[in-house]
Amino acid sequence: MNRTYEVMFIVRPDMAEEDLDKLISTLETAVTSTNGTVKSVEKMGKRRLAYVVGRFHDGMYVLLTVEGGGGLIHELERRLRVSEPVIKFLTVRIDEEQKRLDKIKKLRDARKKASAAPAAAATPEGGETAPVTA
Amino acid sequence: MAEEMRAPGAATESSTPSEGQGPGQGQGQSHGHRPGPRGPRPGGPGGPGGREGGRKYFRRKKVCKFCVEKIENINYKDVRLLAQFVAESGKIVPRRLTGVCTPHQRRLSSAIKQARNIALLPFAGRAN
Repeated sequence: MNRTYEVMFIVRPDMAEEDLDKLISTLETAVTSTNGTVKSVEKMGKRRLAYVVGRFHDGMYVLLTVEGGGGLIHELERRLRVSEPVIKFLTVRIDEEQKRLDKIKKLRDARKKASAAPAAAATPEGGETAPVTA
Repeated sequence: MAEEMRAPGAATESSTPSEGQGPGQGQGQSHGHRPGPRGPRPGGPGGPGGREGGRKYFRRKKVCKFCVEKIENINYKDVRLLAQFVAESGKIVPRRLTGVCTPHQRRLSSAIKQARNIALLPFAGRAN
Protein backbone atom coordinates (compact mmCIF):
# COMPACT_ATOMS: atom_id res chain seq x y z
CA MET A 1 0.00 0.00 0.00
CA ASN A 2 2.79 2.36 -0.79
CA ARG A 3 1.72 3.67 -4.16
CA THR A 4 2.71 7.23 -4.74
CA TYR A 5 0.57 9.41 -6.91
CA GLU A 6 0.89 12.88 -8.23
CA VAL A 7 -2.34 14.76 -8.74
CA MET A 8 -2.20 17.98 -10.62
CA PHE A 9 -5.36 19.99 -10.90
CA ILE A 10 -6.32 23.34 -12.28
CA VAL A 11 -8.58 25.68 -10.40
CA ARG A 12 -10.42 28.56 -12.00
CA PRO A 13 -8.36 31.75 -11.83
CA ASP A 14 -10.97 33.95 -10.21
CA MET A 15 -10.95 31.93 -7.04
CA ALA A 16 -9.92 33.48 -3.76
CA GLU A 17 -6.82 32.30 -1.99
CA GLU A 18 -8.57 31.19 1.17
CA ASP A 19 -11.17 29.25 -0.81
CA LEU A 20 -8.34 27.44 -2.50
CA ASP A 21 -6.80 26.62 0.86
CA LYS A 22 -10.13 25.36 2.08
CA LEU A 23 -10.42 23.14 -0.95
CA ILE A 24 -6.94 21.78 -0.44
CA SER A 25 -7.57 21.04 3.22
CA THR A 26 -10.77 19.21 2.31
CA LEU A 27 -8.81 17.06 -0.08
CA GLU A 28 -6.16 16.44 2.55
CA THR A 29 -8.72 15.26 5.05
CA ALA A 30 -10.15 12.97 2.41
CA VAL A 31 -6.70 11.53 1.91
CA THR A 32 -6.01 10.95 5.58
CA SER A 33 -9.43 9.47 6.17
CA THR A 34 -8.65 6.72 3.69
CA ASN A 35 -5.35 5.90 5.41
CA GLY A 36 -3.20 7.82 3.02
CA THR A 37 -0.55 10.41 3.56
CA VAL A 38 -0.09 13.71 1.87
CA LYS A 39 3.53 14.08 0.95
CA SER A 40 3.46 17.57 -0.43
CA VAL A 41 1.22 20.29 -1.70
CA GLU A 42 2.59 22.76 -4.16
CA LYS A 43 0.71 25.69 -5.51
CA MET A 44 2.24 26.43 -8.83
CA GLY A 45 0.49 29.70 -9.28
CA LYS A 46 -1.47 31.16 -12.09
CA ARG A 47 -0.50 30.10 -15.57
CA ARG A 48 -1.82 30.69 -19.01
CA LEU A 49 -3.51 27.59 -20.34
CA ALA A 50 -2.44 26.21 -23.68
CA TYR A 51 -6.05 26.01 -24.80
CA VAL A 52 -9.40 27.19 -23.54
CA VAL A 53 -10.78 25.02 -20.78
CA GLY A 54 -14.35 25.75 -19.79
CA ARG A 55 -14.26 29.35 -20.98
CA PHE A 56 -11.04 30.10 -19.06
CA HIS A 57 -7.72 31.14 -20.50
CA ASP A 58 -5.75 31.03 -17.25
CA GLY A 59 -5.79 28.79 -14.26
CA MET A 60 -4.22 28.18 -10.88
CA TYR A 61 -2.20 25.00 -10.89
CA VAL A 62 -1.90 22.88 -7.77
CA LEU A 63 0.27 19.80 -7.43
CA LEU A 64 -0.56 17.28 -4.76
CA THR A 65 1.63 14.30 -4.00
CA VAL A 66 -0.08 11.58 -2.02
CA GLU A 67 0.68 8.08 -0.94
CA GLY A 68 -1.90 5.40 -0.52
CA GLY A 69 -3.95 2.75 -2.23
CA GLY A 70 -6.01 2.86 -5.34
CA GLY A 71 -9.23 3.54 -3.49
CA LEU A 72 -7.75 6.76 -2.25
CA ILE A 73 -7.35 8.05 -5.76
CA HIS A 74 -10.85 6.97 -6.62
CA GLU A 75 -12.17 9.08 -3.77
CA LEU A 76 -9.91 12.01 -4.53
CA GLU A 77 -10.85 12.12 -8.18
CA ARG A 78 -14.51 11.90 -7.31
CA ARG A 79 -14.15 14.95 -5.14
CA LEU A 80 -12.24 16.81 -7.78
CA ARG A 81 -14.84 15.96 -10.37
CA VAL A 82 -17.75 17.31 -8.34
CA SER A 83 -16.02 20.39 -7.00
CA GLU A 84 -17.03 23.32 -9.10
CA PRO A 85 -13.83 25.40 -9.14
CA VAL A 86 -11.66 22.55 -10.36
CA ILE A 87 -11.67 22.56 -14.14
CA LYS A 88 -9.13 19.88 -14.95
CA PHE A 89 -7.10 17.25 -13.16
CA LEU A 90 -4.53 14.64 -13.98
CA THR A 91 -3.33 11.77 -11.82
CA VAL A 92 -0.04 10.06 -12.46
CA ARG A 93 1.37 7.13 -10.56
CA ILE A 94 5.01 7.79 -9.80
CA ASP A 95 6.34 5.07 -7.53
CA GLU A 96 7.52 2.79 -10.32
CA GLU A 97 9.14 5.69 -12.10
CA GLN A 98 10.75 6.77 -8.85
CA LYS A 99 12.12 3.28 -8.35
CA ARG A 100 13.65 3.34 -11.81
CA LEU A 101 15.21 6.73 -11.26
CA ASP A 102 16.63 5.70 -7.92
CA LYS A 103 18.12 2.59 -9.46
CA ILE A 104 19.80 4.59 -12.18
CA LYS A 105 21.07 7.10 -9.69
CA LYS A 106 22.46 4.34 -7.51
CA LEU A 107 24.15 2.77 -10.50
CA ARG A 108 25.67 6.05 -11.53
CA ASP A 109 26.91 6.83 -8.04
CA ALA A 110 28.39 3.39 -7.65
CA ARG A 111 30.19 3.71 -10.94
CA LYS A 112 31.44 7.13 -10.03
CA LYS A 113 32.80 5.83 -6.75
CA ALA A 114 34.39 2.83 -8.38
CA SER A 115 36.19 4.92 -10.93
CA ALA A 116 37.12 7.71 -8.55
CA ALA A 117 38.78 5.28 -6.17
CA PRO A 118 41.45 3.67 -8.36
CA ALA A 119 41.96 6.37 -10.97
CA ALA A 120 42.79 9.91 -10.12
CA ALA A 121 41.28 11.29 -13.30
CA ALA A 122 37.60 11.89 -12.79
CA THR A 123 35.98 10.65 -15.93
CA PRO A 124 32.72 9.30 -14.58
CA GLU A 125 30.89 6.84 -16.81
CA GLY A 126 32.23 5.28 -19.91
CA GLY A 127 28.95 5.36 -21.74
CA GLU A 128 29.15 8.80 -23.19
CA THR A 129 29.01 9.20 -26.93
CA ALA A 130 31.77 11.23 -28.40
CA PRO A 131 30.80 14.75 -29.36
CA VAL A 132 30.15 14.90 -33.08
CA THR A 133 30.38 17.78 -35.42
CA ALA A 134 27.07 18.92 -36.72
CA MET B 1 9.85 5.32 -48.22
CA ALA B 2 11.14 5.87 -51.71
CA GLU B 3 8.24 5.15 -53.95
CA GLU B 4 9.24 3.28 -57.00
CA MET B 5 7.67 4.43 -60.20
CA ARG B 6 6.53 1.32 -61.94
CA ALA B 7 6.19 1.19 -65.64
CA PRO B 8 2.75 2.38 -66.69
CA GLY B 9 1.90 -1.03 -68.06
CA ALA B 10 2.17 -2.86 -64.78
CA ALA B 11 -1.17 -2.27 -63.21
CA THR B 12 -0.90 -4.57 -60.25
CA GLU B 13 0.37 -2.97 -57.10
CA SER B 14 1.87 -5.79 -55.20
CA SER B 15 3.36 -5.02 -51.86
CA THR B 16 6.46 -7.05 -52.53
CA PRO B 17 9.49 -5.04 -53.57
CA SER B 18 11.00 -5.39 -56.95
CA GLU B 19 11.79 -9.06 -57.07
CA GLY B 20 12.21 -9.83 -60.67
CA GLN B 21 11.72 -13.54 -60.32
CA GLY B 22 8.16 -14.71 -60.02
CA PRO B 23 6.01 -11.60 -60.14
CA GLY B 24 8.10 -10.15 -62.87
CA GLN B 25 7.13 -12.80 -65.28
CA GLY B 26 3.69 -13.24 -63.85
CA GLN B 27 2.66 -9.75 -64.70
CA GLY B 28 3.35 -10.40 -68.27
CA GLN B 29 4.84 -7.08 -69.08
CA SER B 30 8.50 -7.33 -68.32
CA HIS B 31 9.73 -4.15 -69.77
CA GLY B 32 13.11 -4.73 -68.32
CA HIS B 33 12.78 -1.75 -66.03
CA ARG B 34 13.15 -3.87 -63.00
CA PRO B 35 16.73 -4.10 -61.92
CA GLY B 36 16.52 -7.80 -61.14
CA PRO B 37 16.25 -9.61 -57.86
CA ARG B 38 16.66 -7.04 -55.15
CA GLY B 39 18.41 -4.69 -57.43
CA PRO B 40 20.36 -1.78 -56.06
CA ARG B 41 17.78 0.94 -56.05
CA PRO B 42 18.69 3.21 -53.18
CA GLY B 43 16.50 6.04 -54.31
CA GLY B 44 17.74 8.28 -51.57
CA PRO B 45 19.08 7.85 -48.05
CA GLY B 46 18.74 4.36 -46.85
CA GLY B 47 18.63 5.04 -43.15
CA PRO B 48 16.51 8.06 -42.37
CA GLY B 49 14.34 7.81 -45.41
CA GLY B 50 12.25 10.59 -46.79
CA ARG B 51 13.80 12.69 -49.46
CA GLU B 52 14.68 16.13 -48.23
CA GLY B 53 16.23 17.86 -51.15
CA GLY B 54 18.53 15.04 -52.13
CA ARG B 55 20.40 14.37 -48.93
CA LYS B 56 23.50 12.29 -48.99
CA TYR B 57 23.71 8.83 -47.57
CA PHE B 58 23.08 8.31 -43.87
CA ARG B 59 22.81 11.66 -42.25
CA ARG B 60 22.67 10.03 -38.81
CA LYS B 61 24.95 12.44 -37.06
CA LYS B 62 22.39 13.70 -34.60
CA VAL B 63 22.72 12.20 -31.16
CA CYS B 64 20.06 11.70 -28.57
CA LYS B 65 19.95 14.74 -26.36
CA PHE B 66 18.81 12.73 -23.37
CA CYS B 67 21.56 10.17 -23.69
CA VAL B 68 24.23 12.80 -23.98
CA GLU B 69 23.09 14.99 -21.13
CA LYS B 70 22.02 12.00 -19.07
CA ILE B 71 18.56 13.34 -18.45
CA GLU B 72 16.58 10.47 -17.10
CA ASN B 73 13.55 12.19 -15.66
CA ILE B 74 11.39 13.24 -18.56
CA ASN B 75 8.46 14.77 -16.76
CA TYR B 76 5.29 16.26 -18.11
CA LYS B 77 5.89 19.25 -15.87
CA ASP B 78 8.99 20.70 -17.50
CA VAL B 79 7.35 22.35 -20.42
CA ARG B 80 10.47 24.02 -21.67
CA LEU B 81 12.21 20.72 -22.24
CA LEU B 82 9.19 19.19 -23.92
CA ALA B 83 8.53 22.22 -26.08
CA GLN B 84 11.84 21.67 -27.85
CA PHE B 85 10.44 18.46 -29.33
CA VAL B 86 7.14 19.90 -30.40
CA ALA B 87 6.68 21.57 -33.76
CA GLU B 88 5.11 24.95 -34.36
CA SER B 89 1.85 23.26 -35.18
CA GLY B 90 1.89 21.46 -31.84
CA LYS B 91 2.76 18.08 -33.33
CA ILE B 92 5.37 15.82 -31.77
CA VAL B 93 8.49 15.89 -33.93
CA PRO B 94 9.51 12.47 -35.25
CA ARG B 95 12.72 11.06 -33.93
CA ARG B 96 14.39 10.93 -37.27
CA LEU B 97 14.49 14.71 -37.19
CA THR B 98 15.51 15.19 -33.60
CA GLY B 99 17.82 12.21 -33.28
CA VAL B 100 16.31 10.97 -30.05
CA CYS B 101 16.73 7.29 -29.30
CA THR B 102 13.69 5.06 -29.15
CA PRO B 103 13.19 4.54 -25.40
CA HIS B 104 13.59 8.24 -24.78
CA GLN B 105 11.27 9.10 -27.61
CA ARG B 106 8.62 6.86 -26.14
CA ARG B 107 8.91 8.49 -22.74
CA LEU B 108 9.01 11.92 -24.28
CA SER B 109 5.93 11.16 -26.29
CA SER B 110 3.91 10.06 -23.29
CA ALA B 111 5.13 13.06 -21.29
CA ILE B 112 4.01 15.37 -24.07
CA LYS B 113 0.62 13.70 -24.18
CA GLN B 114 0.25 14.08 -20.42
CA ALA B 115 1.24 17.72 -20.66
CA ARG B 116 -1.34 18.23 -23.36
CA ASN B 117 -4.00 16.75 -21.16
CA ILE B 118 -3.28 19.16 -18.35
CA ALA B 119 -3.18 22.16 -20.68
CA LEU B 120 0.54 22.77 -20.39
CA LEU B 121 1.01 22.14 -24.08
CA PRO B 122 -1.55 22.64 -26.82
CA PHE B 123 -3.00 19.86 -28.88
CA ALA B 124 -2.78 22.02 -31.99
CA GLY B 125 -1.47 25.47 -32.61
CA ARG B 126 1.41 27.48 -31.28
CA ALA B 127 2.49 27.01 -27.68
CA ASN B 128 2.57 30.38 -25.94
